[in-house]
Amino acid sequence: MTGVDVLLVALGAVAVGSAVLVVATKHLVRAGLYLVVCLGALAGMYLVLSAELVAWVQVLIYVGAVVVLLLFAVMLTRAPIGASDDLDRPGWPAALIGGGVGLGLAALLVDAYRWTKVELPEAGTAERIGEQVFGSWVLPFEVLSVLLLSALVGAIVLSRPDIGRSPGRQSAVDGVDSDGAGRGRSR
Amino acid sequence: MRPVIPYVTAALLFGLGVYGVLRRRNAVLVLMAVELMLNAVNLILVTADTTAKALLPHGGQVFALFVIVLAAAEIGVGLAIVLQLYRMRASVAVDEVPLAERPADEPVPVAVGPAGVTTDGPSGVADGPAGGGANPPETGRPEGDR
Repeated sequence: MTGVDVLLVALGAVAVGSAVLVVATKHLVRAGLYLVVCLGALAGMYLVLSAELVAWVQVLIYVGAVVVLLLFAVMLTRAPIGASDDLDRPGWPAALIGGGVGLGLAALLVDAYRWTKVELPEAGTAERIGEQVFGSWVLPFEVLSVLLLSALVGAIVLSRPDIGRSPGRQSAVDGVDSDGAGRGRSR
Repeated sequence: MRPVIPYVTAALLFGLGVYGVLRRRNAVLVLMAVELMLNAVNLILVTADTTAKALLPHGGQVFALFVIVLAAAEIGVGLAIVLQLYRMRASVAVDEVPLAERPADEPVPVAVGPAGVTTDGPSGVADGPAGGGANPPETGRPEGDR
């Protein structure tokens, strides 16, 4: 095992361990903070795997934005600060399916790769990824921007209580179905 | 570098995500478990980018970036839905969401079409002769010119 392998094993152990805590802890806020640890360890793995840009985007978007949004949601839903006992359902089917999926995939990948060795490519800079994104993958990139815009509009329509609800005022303008009214107003 | 290490890590993370989605009752925790699954897929993509030869270089990393963007969109819409659920029911337990029945505050559709037509109709007819040429409705214009 080389130094790279040791690093990968250590970071992977941190990631898997904190992921276990995310799905097992009884504290809502702690689950979000363990998620930060897990995503940070994954960003470290990306760095070791010479995917520099993905690592920094992971830190910026996941650790910076997504986890903060999740913690906002925890606060806005008035989650209790201490441990809460009603977070879980009875877990045998979940453990069976989740363990089956995880161990099955792991066995499949171990069988596919055994203990082979691969030379790491030299560290990829953002320049090469940028060439690919705006060269070969420019059409998916643009489609993705349209998807982001529609997700943004959808989130606004969903979270505004005066759009699409209260049909007493709006049914003359649009259909009474809240979904249809929301889409009609957002256009 | 042994590629089996990140691959097995990703497989275990995905299994933990599936377990979390099935086990948790709180919708925010379900979203966190979904994030775990998306990150496992990202790890697979980045590892495959460094270990497998592809026709286009760095396709795996580009896909990982795309998945991150998709996750951001998903978390935005998902949290909007969760907050709306909390506003309606004061609880975010996913197994208490009634999927079959109508939401309590959504009333039965009321017929308002005829009322709108009848209020608009007389006003348009009454304005036609009185307003003369100044009125835009076309039904009133020839009568006013005569």
